[in-house]
Amino acid sequence: MENFAPLLQYLISGLTNGAIYALIALGFGIIYNATTIINFAQGEMVMLGALCAISIYHVAPSLPLAFAGAVVLVTCVGLVFERLALRPVKDPTPIALIIITVGGAVLIKGVAMLIWGKEAYALPPFSGNDPIHLGPATILPQNLWVLGITAISVLALEAFFRLTLVGKAMRACAYNTRAARLVGIAAGRMVQLSFGLSAALGAGAGILIAPLTLGVYDMGTMLGLKGFSAAIIGGLGSLAGGVLGGLVLGVAEALATGFISSGYRDAVAFLLLLLVLFLRPQGLVGGRK
Amino acid sequence: MTRLWFLNRWVLFAVVAGGIAAFMDQDYYYTLLNFIGIHTLLVVGLNLLLGYAGQISLGHAAFFGLGAYTSGILTATVGVDPWLALVAGLAVSGTAAFLIGLPALKLRGYYLAMATLGFGIIVYIILNEASDLTGGPSGLSGIPSLSLAGFAFNTPRRLYLLIWILLGLILYISANLVNSRTGRAIRALHDGEAAAESLGVDTFRLKLKIFVWSALYASLAGSLFAHTLNFIAPSSFGFMFSIKLVTMVVLGGMASIWGSLLGAGALTVLPELLTVFHDFEMVIFGAILMAVMIFLPRGLVRGILDLYENRRYKRQGGSFPV
Repeated sequence: MENFAPLLQYLISGLTNGAIYALIALGFGIIYNATTIINFAQGEMVMLGALCAISIYHVAPSLPLAFAGAVVLVTCVGLVFERLALRPVKDPTPIALIIITVGGAVLIKGVAMLIWGKEAYALPPFSGNDPIHLGPATILPQNLWVLGITAISVLALEAFFRLTLVGKAMRACAYNTRAARLVGIAAGRMVQLSFGLSAALGAGAGILIAPLTLGVYDMGTMLGLKGFSAAIIGGLGSLAGGVLGGLVLGVAEALATGFISSGYRDAVAFLLLLLVLFLRPQGLVGGRK
Repeated sequence: MTRLWFLNRWVLFAVVAGGIAAFMDQDYYYTLLNFIGIHTLLVVGLNLLLGYAGQISLGHAAFFGLGAYTSGILTATVGVDPWLALVAGLAVSGTAAFLIGLPALKLRGYYLAMATLGFGIIVYIILNEASDLTGGPSGLSGIPSLSLAGFAFNTPRRLYLLIWILLGLILYISANLVNSRTGRAIRALHDGEAAAESLGVDTFRLKLKIFVWSALYASLAGSLFAHTLNFIAPSSFGFMFSIKLVTMVVLGGMASIWGSLLGAGALTVLPELLTVFHDFEMVIFGAILMAVMIFLPRGLVRGILDLYENRRYKRQGGSFPV
């Protein structure tokens, strides 16, 4: 029983981080499905979500308002980014798109540094800080919020893609853009929507994690890389894969922190990524290649 | 068309570089030129990968760092001969590049991008964390200077000779590589992988080769960097430096050996001239990357030349030969 308590504790923190990675991974997957672009600026949306929420909360201390306001703002950033940076590209080779989205990421990060400076800011937890005892381990209310909102978001996304006309149109574009156009789907609109949707997911992830880790201008790069790793581990473009990849990565990281060393925590994501690329490039769930 | 021998760019390069060595006497300028030389070395290597082969590394600072730290640790801590340490650095960086390229290059372009981005971050973490070996965040000092037959390269002016002679050599090798059979295969790869394969190019092997090759350039640059400053710290090898290198390639021009010199030169000198550069560094680099790739995807210099030639052809009533 003595060894069990820390294990459970690692599992809780791992699942919490994993849920965040899953949200970011889904953002990568949605854009990838619509455009086959890997949006390297995805991590910066997470950062913007956190910092915008903190700023809004500073002006008007209401968490629901901060949450909604930040998600709306960052969604707009995502839409503008698609409109200004990606749509005008005349020759969309993968290399050009990578460089443009990387440039976008660095630009957004630079602007954030000018606006918010280099300090880290706190956002109060959504419902207090009193730990809940769960057998030998404790869980913070914020952990539950992260897990709950992630679960709701994933279910909502699943319903959106399966049940609504727009969601089905987006899936049609992912399977075959030209065929989707032929049956009258506005593929350009779907691309735009995918950027808005994944910016919103990224922002949500940022706001959820801000009370646990603080918000700072350079938090996005690492979270983006881990979200991408989660997407690859699970299977790029697959909803279930993104969630599974995120949770696997989060738990693996927490265990590595607990049993090896916290300094090398960030190396875990990358090692798993390389391992999956080596052994199973289509990811755990294994969608299309 | 007869060509005058002194208009040959290599002769020009030697004359200008030699002229500087003969007439300039301020250490500051030599130091600046040395950094331009080291950056150019890195940028030429990255350009072979990015501009010619169409593959991207977002963690080139890591190979630069591996070269620098292998040289630094082996000479300052272990006491190995600096030239031997330099070769060891090449071996370490080359092996690392091979191991990352092996899985990543089999897949589409962005896998290498993410794998190298991750690798860059990991190397940066290790340089900071493994402080017994690397000295941690406060750095590694006491790295000796390089010397050759008793002639120590220990002043900016002497280092200038070493760095720019080596750079001339590397530029020459790179230009020949690009115009060789392999070079044509590389460019075929960039234009269309399927087409290149149909003509018998083993694209995976070729991509891997170029990736390792460009990591070797970075490692060489790193070793030179360590022996130039005699001190290294992890902050020189972070993510932002990788981005700077990509920006230098993009600014100077994709697939241009001489553009690399220009891109590296411009982005090394500008921050020195403009002190405001520091705060706006990320904004400027991000904006350059996006603007150039959206509007002039062949690079700034080539893009402006294209626009100019395009207009001239139009004025003459002809169409632009693509």
